[in-house]
Formats: sequence, structure tokens, C-alpha cells
Amino acid sequence: MARRGRFTPYLMILPSGLWLTALFVIPLVVMVSLSLQTGNLIDGFRQTLHWQNYTESLDTYGDKFVRSLWYGLLATVACLVLSYPAAYWIAFRGGHTKSTYLFLLLLPYFVPFVLRTVSWKLVLTDNGQILGPLRDHGLVPAGFHVLDTGFAVVSGLAYNFLPFMVLPIYVALERIDPRLVEAAYDLYASRTQVFGRVLLPLSLPGVFAGVVMTFVPASADYVNAEVLGGPRNTMIGNVIQSEYFGNSAYPVASALSFVLMAILLLGIVIYARALGTRGVLEAAG
Amino acid sequence: MMPPRPRASKRPLAVPRRGRRVAGLHIYTLLLIAWLLLPIVIMMMFGFNDTRGKQNFRWEGFTLRWYRHVFDKDDLTAAVVNSLTIALFSTLVTTVIGTFAGLALGRYRFRGKGAMNLLLFLTISCPEIVMGASLLSMFVTLTVPRGYLTILVAHVMFSIAFVAVTVRARVVRLDPALEEAAQDLGAGPWTRFRLVTLPMIMPGVAAGALLAFVLSIDDYVITSFTSGATVTFPLWIYGSTRTGMPPQVNVIGTLIFVVGVLITVVIARRSVRVRTSPADGGGADLAERPNSPTVSRGIRRSCRR
Amino acid sequence: MTITDPAFLRGLVRPRMARSTVSRRQAVQLLGAGLALAACGIEGQGGQEKVSQTDVQRYWSSKARTGRLSWANWPGYMQDDHETIKAFEKATGIKVSYKEVIQETGPWFGKIQAPLAAGQSIGFDLMVMTNGIQLEKCRQLGYLAPLDRSRLGNFAAHAGPGFKNPPWDPGNSFTVPYQSGITGIAYNTRYVKDEITSIAQLFDPAYSGKIGMMGDSQELGNFGMFLLGVDPEKSTPADWERAAAKLREQRDKGIVRKYYNQDYVDAVSKGDVWLTMAWSGDVYSLTSPDVRFVVPKEGGTLWTDNMCIPKTAENPVDAMTLMDWLYMPANNAPLTEFVNYITPVPATKQIVAADAAKATGNDRRDLTRLSTSPLVFPSETDLARLRYYRRLTQAEETKYQGVFGPITKGS
Repeated sequence: MARRGRFTPYLMILPSGLWLTALFVIPLVVMVSLSLQTGNLIDGFRQTLHWQNYTESLDTYGDKFVRSLWYGLLATVACLVLSYPAAYWIAFRGGHTKSTYLFLLLLPYFVPFVLRTVSWKLVLTDNGQILGPLRDHGLVPAGFHVLDTGFAVVSGLAYNFLPFMVLPIYVALERIDPRLVEAAYDLYASRTQVFGRVLLPLSLPGVFAGVVMTFVPASADYVNAEVLGGPRNTMIGNVIQSEYFGNSAYPVASALSFVLMAILLLGIVIYARALGTRGVLEAAG
Repeated sequence: MMPPRPRASKRPLAVPRRGRRVAGLHIYTLLLIAWLLLPIVIMMMFGFNDTRGKQNFRWEGFTLRWYRHVFDKDDLTAAVVNSLTIALFSTLVTTVIGTFAGLALGRYRFRGKGAMNLLLFLTISCPEIVMGASLLSMFVTLTVPRGYLTILVAHVMFSIAFVAVTVRARVVRLDPALEEAAQDLGAGPWTRFRLVTLPMIMPGVAAGALLAFVLSIDDYVITSFTSGATVTFPLWIYGSTRTGMPPQVNVIGTLIFVVGVLITVVIARRSVRVRTSPADGGGADLAERPNSPTVSRGIRRSCRR
Repeated sequence: MTITDPAFLRGLVRPRMARSTVSRRQAVQLLGAGLALAACGIEGQGGQEKVSQTDVQRYWSSKARTGRLSWANWPGYMQDDHETIKAFEKATGIKVSYKEVIQETGPWFGKIQAPLAAGQSIGFDLMVMTNGIQLEKCRQLGYLAPLDRSRLGNFAAHAGPGFKNPPWDPGNSFTVPYQSGITGIAYNTRYVKDEITSIAQLFDPAYSGKIGMMGDSQELGNFGMFLLGVDPEKSTPADWERAAAKLREQRDKGIVRKYYNQDYVDAVSKGDVWLTMAWSGDVYSLTSPDVRFVVPKEGGTLWTDNMCIPKTAENPVDAMTLMDWLYMPANNAPLTEFVNYITPVPATKQIVAADAAKATGNDRRDLTRLSTSPLVFPSETDLARLRYYRRLTQAEETKYQGVFGPITKGS
């Protein structure tokens, strides 16, 4: 390879590196520092290494963390189950219509996230176009409602984060040489065996990527819970948001944010270890 | 996928069975697409609703009135304009610095490469609320007033990784021989970049730019933390759900949707011409066809320097 | 290259776990730098309660009219065609930039807090804030400009007695009311056949899952206390605990479907909830006749949205001109006719009645309904049942939020 300037790569990396450091790394550090402070708006906040911010907020809101992770898990599993068959069909059977179908799948996401969620609220309303007739014809009990339940929130999460699951799985499946599948059939494998021992392992890196990119944002989301959920469906994101904006309780809010980030990062690392980092590196290749 | 070859095996041809299963999955995919599009259809429908009051949830008749009055609400229009300009500027900045980052990461070895990769990964996988909260913490501590500029810098921040990663994926598959050829023919580094490298990675850059634009226009969580009193389109929508979302929002949502669809279709049409066969997944393109006229033109021009 | 191109997708979804990362020493260095940066903390800002004449003069002596102003307000508080603003622009020649950026008091305060603390402009010269915790904070933190009484002639002449010298701003040192409202109960008669008259009915298991309550801790707390027969303005922390227990019980039994901020109107119109805490003006403006509003017999909350000037405003003189101009009954009437909340200018009632007499058809019906509505011009008996929020010091506020805040979060 011809010699290039020694500083070229550093110069090219510099703007991005600086930007990310200044606006991603440093804010995180500041947030950690803020989480250990005490005080209020009027008297000011001072650094006191007040660990109680963590213990007290976990005490009060610990169950919200659990609920958020649970909703995130449910939504991720739902996405996985919903996406895999479609991704499989498009990758293997799509033929020349592959792009079209993929495009159709991604079509709804051209509409802003908030608008999509609010439209879902309209769809799910008690006496709207869907539930109304169902109730009128006695297909659902009188007191039945979908909105303001955990089900509505998880559905909203699954709906909004579906493409993050579909795309990686599709990419991984699409790269599988179809001749491998044929070879498996030729060797008298049953459909289940082909799926379990050929397709699934080969698509695992894609599944991993999809799970990570769905679970993390879904657990941390608060818009779905606020629009579609009731008081018993609040997630940790709602708490963080209201502590920042409603109460100006910056230390507590920062502590909660940091714990959320730590939990999710830990989850990713453990998951990566379980699947083997090599598999992750092959996720795109 | 190649059609099944005829074979002399004892096993009955599996195709008919697979055929039925294929129909099942096909139907499933169509149903899934229908489910995904349901709220969009409802949204578009209610943009035509002839509603009198502030509540837009019961069908009261068809009208095109809202399309005529779409820009009647000044602050809604201002919010949409804000969203568009922020998206434009942030895409510009992000594409430039993200492309360079992607090039560097895909091509060179240097100290800090691992750290940069890790940083990019963290930016992509960090939950938005944590990024927004930490930005707010920093702005509050440094008493930086939140507004248009803070939104802009935040948008650039979370988009860089996506552009860099997309470009990097493209760069990694390039044949360095082309650039070497240009260099051997006497082209300087900037010329090389402009006439050889850039056209080859352009699809990646374009994809990254498109992604950055969509991410910016769509963003709600980070924007709500860093916006101060400035209002963007998603923020306006969210606020208006309190008092009743006006049909103009449905109209604007429909328009954004249609425009996005058109742009993607146009781009798809143009890239189909460059594609070789769908069999290899459409991967063959400019980068892997050294005899492409554009690339050789670039090399020829570079040797005139 | 399309969005479906595999290369693009691959790059997009590639989470690369790098082996060699930032060295430990570099990490510690970075951390140290960041902590040093952040260890400074955030400056506190003291506050002042009393306003002296010298303060007022000192503030206004350097200010002059500029001919423009920027106004931040809640949605639904100005006609769609900005009729009142246009009238003001025509009468005074001052150009007004009107923005409906205030959705909730809490987040609004969160947005303006940082620039005001740093002595920077928030981009607005006039803003409308509800009496309550955040307005109290603004006063204590010195964020508001003291008002120049000499420029408030119309206010002195035409404001109703109940709107002068309110408990949260003695002497109207920093604020004058914009519109007032009542928090009561709204119910959808399509689904509720009984007569609704009391807060106890919001706690009735018969309507389980169909009740809406407000998410704001001050609104919620007041209703909890009304239920117990306690006057919120004189309540003690022990009262708060008792009220919170009742509210928690209501929530845990599943009686409450959701805690709303302003979107209860949507929900009760659609029938997602049948009874809900509601604001008088919102219900009045609903075109659907199904939804009715009632001031509960245990009591309701009277709140006031107040006009105030942020200290760093660039055009305070023009802001004061607008504030005072709105107190002319002739200017206030068109606004009240649209907004449908309680106006601080009682003389408006006569003007609206006169307009009604002159009008015909739908307009006449609407205006008559307006001029005789107890929601917009409440009677003495109604007013007697209404209470304000309790005024809270900083320490009390922390306690209050600690008691009522978690309820809406499910804790």
C-alpha cells in the first residue's frame, strides 16, 4: 500500500472524536457527578458524595426498574417472534420482490415516532373504530379496555421498535447460502431440524444485534407508557423525566439514569459473552 | 434463490410441501405489513375528517379543508420549519464528519481506533433518555441556555455513529488498488479523494445522510431534554395531544410520509440501474466494478493534475 | 443504494465489541477531569420576599418602550385568528410575537430556570404561569420583574376585588391575573345516568376503572383533602398524609384509570373515562353536549393563570402596556368570549350580555349562554366553596411533593 500521511487518520477522526467526547462522554461524567450532589434549585447543588441518592431512589423506584426491564423483555420477545418469520420469508422467498417487501415493512416508520404512537392511541380507544363495534356485537365484555393497560404499552413498544429487530435478522438470513439449506434437506433433515440446526445458528448474530437494539431502547422508553399506559404501567423513563422536569430534582434523576444505563450495558456485556464475542464480530462482517 | 435442480433421490420432492408453507408465511408477512400500516392509515384518514370541534376521533365526513389550511397555525408551521432546518443542518455536519470518521476507521490502523469503535458502539446502543438526561445535566451545570443550538449539537452527536458505521461498512469492501492506481498516475490526496474515493463510497454516504436526516426529524426524547423553549414538530405534536391534536398534524404527517416514500422510491429506481443481478444480494455496485465508467473517468481526470 | 441494500444494513446494525479499548490510565485521567469540572456543583440563587419601592424604581428606570414584545402562553388562551392581539397591535402600534409554548407548569419552569438563573433572556417578555409551586419558586429565586404600579391604571380601575392582592402575590408585586379557572368534575352523560355532585363519587367503586384524576400534585392533593373535609389552604402535613392514603387506596383498588395532565378532555369525550377531574373552561368549550361540568359540594379549586414578566425580558415596558390594556373591559370581552374561563374583569359580563342582545341566531344563543354561565361568571355560593392551593415554602414543598408525587407514578 502506498504511504499515506501519518496524521491523516487522526485528522479525519478528530472532529467526530471531539464532538462525541464533548457531547457524549463528558455529559455522562457530569451526570454521574451530579448524581452524588445534594441540594435544590434555590440553595444550589453541592458535591457531597451523597450515595444515598442511589439507595433511596432505588428503594422508592426499584419496582419501576423491574417493570421497565420486564416490559422491554416482553416487547423484545414479541418483536422477535413477529419478525423472524417475515424476515425469513422475505430473505428466502422474496425473490425479486425482496426490496419491495422490505420497503413495505419499513414504510410506517417514515411517520414520526410520536405521531405513530398517538395514532395507536386513537386505534385502541375504547369506543373507537375497532373496539367500539367489537363491544357492540358482544365480542368483548363491557368493561374491556386496551388503552391504559400494560398490554397496550408493550404492544406500542413492540410496534415502534420492530424495524430494529427485522433488519438485522433479515441481513443475517439473507447472507445464508441457500445451498446450505438445500443440502440439509437433501440429507433428510426435517423442517424443524433445518430451522434449529442450520438457520437459527447461522442467523444468531443477527438475532443478537436485533435483540440488543430492541431491548435497550424499549426498556428506556417513556413515551409509550405515558401515551398508552395507566398509573400502574409507569416505567423508569417516566420517573426520570418527571424528576428532571417536574421536580428539578437533578441528583435523584441523574442517579436513576446512571443505574438504568449501567443495568442495560451490563446486560449487553453478559449477553455478548453468552453468545460469544466472535459471533458478535460476525454480526455484519 | 436458484430453482431446485432435478435430482434422482428417493426422497419425494419437497417443493409442494414447501410451497404450501410458503403460502402461509407469505400471508403472514402481508398480515404483518397490514398491522404495521394500520395506525398510519388511520392517521391519514383523519386528515380528511370534517370535524368541527377540537376532538378528532369520530368520523364526521370527508373534506379537503385541512389541506388548504395546513399552514394556518403559525406555531405549528414554525415547529415544522424548525424540525426541517435542524434536520438539514445536522445532516450536513454529521455527513461530513461522519464520513471522514468512517473512512479513517475502515481503512487505517491507528492508535485509538479501538476506543473510537467502542465510542461509536456506545452511542448507538445507549438509550436516548440517558443521553438526553446527561446532556441536560451538563447544560444545567454549565448554565448553557437550551434552545435551537443545543438541539442541533445533540442531533449531530447521536447521528455521527450511524453515518460513520455505514460509511465504514462500505469502505471496508473497497478495492484499494483503484486509489493506488490514481496515486501512481500522479494524483494528490485531495484529488484522489474527490475523484476516486468519494464516488465509490457515495452510496454509503448517501445512505448515512438519509439515516441522519430521518433520525433528526423523528427525534423526540433527546430533543425534549435539550430544547429549552424551542419547539420542533415532534415536540409540538406531543404537546398538542393534551388539548386535542388538530387535523393539520395529520395532514403534515401524511405529507412527510408521502415525501419520504417518493424520495426512497426515486433512489431505489436509480440504484437498480447500477445493480447487476439480484441473486448476489445486490452487492455488486460501483465499488466492485472497476471498469465502471465513473471510476475510470475519475482516474483519468486525476492524472491530468 | 437503497435503504434495503444489505451493505447499508450491515453497516447499520453492526455493534462492534472492540477488544482493546481506552487504557485504564486514560480512563482515570478523563474521569478525573470530568469530575473536577463537575465538582463545582450548581450555584444557588437566594430569593427575596418583599419588594421595596426602590427595587421597582431601580428596575424600571433604565427601561424604555421598544415597540415589540414576545408572549408565551398556554394553548387555547387566544383566539385562533389572534383577534385580541391584532386589536392591541392596532391600538398601540406594538408588534406582538405570540407563542403557545407552555403545556405544563412544571416542565415550563424547568425550561426557563437555567437561562434565568444565568441572567440570560428566555426569549419572552411576558409569560403566563399558574399560581402554585413553580410561581412561588420564580418569586423566591428572583426571576420575576417587580411590576410598576404606575403603569397599571386599568388594572386598578377594572379588576375584580377577588383578583387584587391574592395570597400568592400580596399587593400584586409581580403578577396580575390573566384568567382564572375552577377545577371540578366533568362527566359524560352518555355513559353516566346519575346526577354527579360530589368528590366522593370519584371514589365510588361503581365507576371502577372509568375515573380520571389529574396528575398535578397540587390539584390531586386538593381533591384528596376536600374529600376529607379539610380546607387545603389551612392544611397540615398530617392532613396531606391522610389525603394521600385515600388517594392511594383509590388507585390501588383500580378505581382510577389514569392520571391526566390536560388530555382528560379527549378521554372523557371519547368515553374512555366517564368521570374526571376537569377545568371549567375546557369543558365549556366542548362542542359535544354530552359532557357536563359541576363544582362538587365538598369544594373545588380556584386557580389563576397570571401574567408576569421575566426579569431578563428585553421589552418589559411593552409587556406592561399589554398587561394593562387587557384590563379594559372592552378589550377583555372578546378574549373571554373565546377562552371561556373566568375573567378578572367583572364588567365584561355586561358587555357580553349587551353583545348577546344585539346578536342573532347561533351567536345570540352562544353569547347568552356565556353571559349567564356559572362557569365563566361564578355565583357567590360557588365562589364560597372554592379554595386556592396551599402556599408552600421550599421545605414544605419538598415534603408535599414527597407525599403526593409518587401516587401518580404508581408508588
